[in-house]
Amino acid sequence: MHELPITQNILQIALRHAGDAKRITRINLVIGDLSAVIGDSVQFYWDIISKGTIAEGATLHFERIRACFHCNDCENAFEPDGRKFECPQCGSDQVNLVSGREFQLESIEVE
Amino acid sequence: MAKKVTVVEEILSENDRAALTNRAQLNDAGLFGLNLMASPGAGKTSVIMATIQALGDKLRIGYIDGDLASSIDVDKVAELGVPAVQINTGGLCHLDAFMMQGALPQLSLSELDLLVVENVGNLVCPSGFRLGIHRNVLIASVPEGDDKPYKYPAMYLGVDVMLLNKMDVIEAFDFDMEYFKRGVEILNPGLAFFPVSCKTGEGLDNWLAWVRSEVAAFKEGIVAVYEPR
Ligand SMILES: Nc1nc2c(ncn2[C@@H]2O[C@H](COP(=O)(O)OP(=O)(O)O)[C@@H](O)[C@H]2O)c(=O)[nH]1
Ligand SMILES: [Mg+2]
Ligand SMILES: [Zn+2]
Repeated sequence: MHELPITQNILQIALRHAGDAKRITRINLVIGDLSAVIGDSVQFYWDIISKGTIAEGATLHFERIRACFHCNDCENAFEPDGRKFECPQCGSDQVNLVSGREFQLESIEVE
Repeated sequence: MAKKVTVVEEILSENDRAALTNRAQLNDAGLFGLNLMASPGAGKTSVIMATIQALGDKLRIGYIDGDLASSIDVDKVAELGVPAVQINTGGLCHLDAFMMQGALPQLSLSELDLLVVENVGNLVCPSGFRLGIHRNVLIASVPEGDDKPYKYPAMYLGVDVMLLNKMDVIEAFDFDMEYFKRGVEILNPGLAFFPVSCKTGEGLDNWLAWVRSEVAAFKEGIVAVYEPR
C-alpha cells in the first residue's frame, strides 16, 4: 500500500497551483488502470491530511483510463484479456500499449 | 465563483525530481547503479550475492537493501565484505527516491564502481517510483509462472534488463517459455533477457558479462542519456 504518500503528493501539487484562491473544491485526477492505485484509500487519506488546509472537503474525481493496445496491422484498438496481448481481431503481435499508465493531476477547481 | 485551474502534472513529480538529484550524485561520484525489483523470494539476494562473489575482486560493490523490517539480507551481504546499508521502509511497499537520498550518504560513493539496490519484494509498486538509479532490473522466477507479464504488465514495461531465475526447476513447473517471452517482447521490445539459476550457476555468466559491460560503458561515458522515468 502506498496511497498515503501519493495522497500527500496530490495535496502538495494542488496547493502549489491554488494561487490566492480561498478554497479548492475539486481535484481532477487521471489514473491509468496499470498504476495500481486504489481510489477508496486515497479518499480515506485525503479526508485526514487535507484537514485544516484550503483543500479540506474537496471532491477527488478519478478519471480511470483503461489499459488499451493498438494493432499496427489492422488498426484495431482493444483491451487485453489478462491472458494474451495479441490482437483479438487479426492475431497480430505487432501491437503497442497506448494507454493505461497515466498518473496525473489534471486540474483543480477553486473559488 | 468556481474557477478551473489547469495543472497537468505527474503525481509523482516530486519523486522524479529527487530521482534526478540522486542520478546527478551518482554520476558525480562515477558510480553506476542497478535497481533490482522482483516478487518476494524470486532471488534478488541470491543474484546479488552471486554477482558479488563473481565480480567482487574486479569491481568495488556497494549494497542498499529496502526491506519492510528485517535485516537478514543486509547481514548476509555484509558478510561478503561489501559495504551494506539497510533502508527500513516502515511498512511501505517500495523504495522511493527520498529514501535513496537518505541512504546514499551512508556509503563512500566515489570509492565504489557498482551500487546494487535490492528493492522491496513486490511486483506492482516499485515500478512507479524511480530512484535515479541507472538501470532497472527485473528478476522474474520460474515458480511464479509464465503468465506474470500478462498480469503485471507495468513492471515489465519499465525495466532495462530481465533475469528469469530458478531455471533449474523449470521442468517441475510447466513453464511455457515461448508464451512468457511473447508477452515480454510485446511490452518491452528487445529487452535484454537472461535465463539463470543461482542454484546451478547456469546462465549467470551472461548476466555478469552484461553487468561488466554496462559498468565499463558508464565509466567511458558512453551511457550518456539517462531517462529517470
Ligand atoms: N531452486 C532454486 N532456488 C533458488 C534460486 N535462487 C534462489 N533460490 C532460493 O529462493 C529463496 C529466495 O531467494 P532470495 O534470494 O532470498 O530471494 P529474494 O526474496 O528475492 O531476495 C531462497 O530459499 C533461495 O535459496 C535458484 O536459482 N534455484
Ligand atoms: Mg532478499
Ligand atoms: Zn489486428
